[in-house]
Amino acid sequence: MIIPGSSLEERQWTRFTPLERIFRYAFYVMICSAIVVSLRTIEVIPEFLFDAPSQMVDMLDRMWPPDASYYPETIHDALVETIHIATVGTILAVVLAIPIGVMVAENVTPYKPLNWLARFLLVSSRSINSLVWALLFVAVFGPGPLAGSLAIAFRSIGFVGKLFGEALEEANHSTIEALQATGASKFSIMYMGYWPQVLPTFWSILLFRWDINIRESAVLGLVGAGGIGVALNTALELFYWDRVCMVLISMLVVVATVELVVTQIRKRII
Amino acid sequence: MRTGTFSTPRNYTPQRNWYALVGWLFLLVYLAYITSLFDLDLDRFISGLDNGSKFLGRMFPPNFTRYELLMEGLLESLQIGVIATFLGVLISLPMGFLAARNLMPPWVTWCARGLIVLCRSFHPVIVAILFVKAVGFGALAGVMALTVASVGFIGKLFAESIEEISLKQIEAVRATGASFPNVILIGVFPQVMGRFTGFISYQLDSNLRNSTMVGLVGAGGIGGTLFAAFQRFDYDFVSAILISIIAVILAGEGVNNIMRRIYR
Repeated sequence: MIIPGSSLEERQWTRFTPLERIFRYAFYVMICSAIVVSLRTIEVIPEFLFDAPSQMVDMLDRMWPPDASYYPETIHDALVETIHIATVGTILAVVLAIPIGVMVAENVTPYKPLNWLARFLLVSSRSINSLVWALLFVAVFGPGPLAGSLAIAFRSIGFVGKLFGEALEEANHSTIEALQATGASKFSIMYMGYWPQVLPTFWSILLFRWDINIRESAVLGLVGAGGIGVALNTALELFYWDRVCMVLISMLVVVATVELVVTQIRKRII
Repeated sequence: MRTGTFSTPRNYTPQRNWYALVGWLFLLVYLAYITSLFDLDLDRFISGLDNGSKFLGRMFPPNFTRYELLMEGLLESLQIGVIATFLGVLISLPMGFLAARNLMPPWVTWCARGLIVLCRSFHPVIVAILFVKAVGFGALAGVMALTVASVGFIGKLFAESIEEISLKQIEAVRATGASFPNVILIGVFPQVMGRFTGFISYQLDSNLRNSTMVGLVGAGGIGGTLFAAFQRFDYDFVSAILISIIAVILAGEGVNNIMRRIYR
């Protein structure tokens, strides 16, 4: 912005308008006061804080050495189940998210109420944590991997649907127009026009979400929705810290492997 | 002008995509295997739907009579989220610089990167379990768990964005004989500031979401109240809590959007 002066040298050049500056400072003040207020009012028991280092050492001491014998008897099956939960959840999420993604993309569905409905579905899916979804589905279908897969699926719909819808909206319009000019049906336009354009994005969303879901499905067992979390919970409740350590190590290995696999696939096909 | 007939179109046979076919087959086999593994059958599904409708029936209308408990939990969740983001950013800033390959020697970046990856590899709730053991039940464990999660996420993004900066400006600052802190402050910081605010606002959003969950394992916030209500089958209170959590998250998203618009 330019504050006018009589000559060029007297003009003052500033980056922001006064209003913008007021907003920026007000926001700084707001952030700082939020931090200060939170720090002052949060309930922390000082004894616990002073005790923390010795407790930490105690925990690590109990954790080491990890109980390797726990792996073949419980962890292995639980890990496989976790991977299944994440995979099935991702597949289900994609199946459910594609129609919603199509509905949310304004260029594919030029009908506002449907766009808003889809957007509402996506936001509500994302706003509820996967643990809460798991609690709900455990209450409905009983404990087990089914509840876990459904929780993962419903949590992922928001993510996959949003990104898929955005990819559709970014699709090149001239291709679509060319198809429309040939008199192609709606289905043909979707399948021959949009689908090839969003395919790379689709795969990358899928892989990305699968990676996230492997991590997320590891905790679902804490509320009884199957997977490695169940093994973790059992070990925790019995205070077998060496088993807890073994579970954590195997989780780490799986997460690292999955990340490697995902990067490799990404390099190959995208 | 040329006249004549168009040549008859060649018979177009789309190439059969064997990869896709094998993929679909594999998917079908996998799903069939899963239905037997998860012993999924129609009876269970139908009874589940029946349960679900009962469940939804008991969730409505939401019961806001214990709003004091609700507000207390939500406030604690907000505090956890804000403090964890603040501490996470404080720790991530030096970590990001240490992990940036273009500024630091390899052994430093390897250590810093290892630490960041370790912070990121566990779900915040699992980290929260460990901190509950270390510092006892309460908000402190939640703050620590989410701080670790924040370091894992923003530390990585900070490092990546520092690696993408233009080195010409650094060289120019160095050429003036500036000390290392000055190079960071004058040469690096202005180039990455804009992206940092974006990451921070994203992390605040994600911490607010997770702070409502760490209570599940006793690390403070509304999650404990939610879990207790679930176990006592107070489903109308559960729905009240869920509605307020969603409201808080949406409000947080709104604030985030304003923030992004201001600091564009």
